Amino acid sequence: MEENVSGAAKKLVLIGGSAGSLEVVLAILQQLRADPLRAIIIVLHRKGGNESNVLVSLLKDRTRVPVKEAEEKELITGGQVYIAPGDYHLLIENDKTLSLDFSEKIYYSRPCIDVSFQTAAEAYGPLATGILLSGASRDGTDGIIAINKAGGVSVVQSPASSVVDYMPAHALKHAAPRLVLNIAELIDYVNGF
Amino acid sequence: MTPAINDDEITHLLNLLLEQYGYDFLGYSRASIKRRILRLMAADNLVAPAGILQRVRFDPEYARRFMEEITVNVTEMFRDASFYHCLRNTVLPVLNTYPMIRIWHAGCSTGEEVYSMAMLLQEEGLYHKSLLYATDINAGVIEKARRGMFPISQMKNYSNNYILAGGKESFSKYYTANYGYAKFDEELSGRVIFATHNLVSDKSFNEFQLIICRNVMIYFDKELQDSVLQLFDDSLESLGFLALGAKETIRFSSIATSYQQIEKEKIWRKM
Repeated sequence: MEENVSGAAKKLVLIGGSAGSLEVVLAILQQLRADPLRAIIIVLHRKGGNESNVLVSLLKDRTRVPVKEAEEKELITGGQVYIAPGDYHLLIENDKTLSLDFSEKIYYSRPCIDVSFQTAAEAYGPLATGILLSGASRDGTDGIIAINKAGGVSVVQSPASSVVDYMPAHALKHAAPRLVLNIAELIDYVNGF
Repeated sequence: MTPAINDDEITHLLNLLLEQYGYDFLGYSRASIKRRILRLMAADNLVAPAGILQRVRFDPEYARRFMEEITVNVTEMFRDASFYHCLRNTVLPVLNTYPMIRIWHAGCSTGEEVYSMAMLLQEEGLYHKSLLYATDINAGVIEKARRGMFPISQMKNYSNNYILAGGKESFSKYYTANYGYAKFDEELSGRVIFATHNLVSDKSFNEFQLIICRNVMIYFDKELQDSVLQLFDDSLESLGFLALGAKETIRFSSIATSYQQIEKEKIWRKM
């Protein structure tokens, strides 16, 4: 972990889920309070690349905080919400910049949640929070493990409150998330961070 | 045990690769290269960094494997429909005004985009006067590109891409199915020169009217990106075109001011 990169967000919250968790992401963003020290990165499984813009504008319309698609080599800025572009993996560098990667899909998905969570755990250590939402693959579990190992905060949506519970249930079984929250609790948690 | 390696050990490994074999990966984005190294360590049962360091140091064959495995070689035919529409409808008509067309696919990997371009040129009647240079740092993928055999399982996807990209023929006319592979028409590689070229250390070797380098520079740090863009600038004729991947840009580079973007595509024209 490299300290004191000037201008970069001090804390990083990552939210990972599949297309079915969009409603929860919207609910979180809708009530989001600006925090200039914190950046949020959203990694959603979805098909193809072109509807990336649709997702960004959809999320933009629902929140007061700035939302943009993550661009390669850009510095992670406090207060900003970044969306991982479709069909690329999004990596967090130790110097607090973003990288894109077009390597093989993982668990049939690109972007892969594990990749973002694991690299964020390294770059941000205890100041990384990883939130895993609803989804249908085992993606995210290794990411939660990495966040735990780095001393960050790992959060999993309660399977009972998930549209598709496979992904959070898998993480619950194989990792040990610090918190298990339902939707209302998730919204409160992100805002009280 | 899962493999682990820290930043200093990676730097040490990459320095070794440079000093001993001349491959310079120091300008590559770290997070990605670290993932690739960990993946390779897991595949080869090398849990500790010392293990992989020893192999790279003493085994040139392994050094070559290392180099080939840490570079990303994922590519597709006719990826990004609007990009190919722009090539077909805007770029190729300009290239058609030249008596001889030279195109460079830099970092072409296994060559799927080179074959896509050859099809495009054939369909637009430009292929006979075109020469394509297909290069990559990795000799293994260049050999695959030369063979022109791609997994048959990809053909449905490529055929869809081809149709979306405005393909004028039946995609299946370009290949013959052969066991698990689709062997592409040899004419499509007949005007292609396949060679290894290292974007980090090799110089410009010709002048082109079109340079295509997609999803290669995302793996480079800013400094290396800038020097590669300079290499492309040196290798591009005036009024030539530079085409990059969907998430790449020349916007923040030193060559940006002398280029004009074409439509909203990741294609720029040298002014």
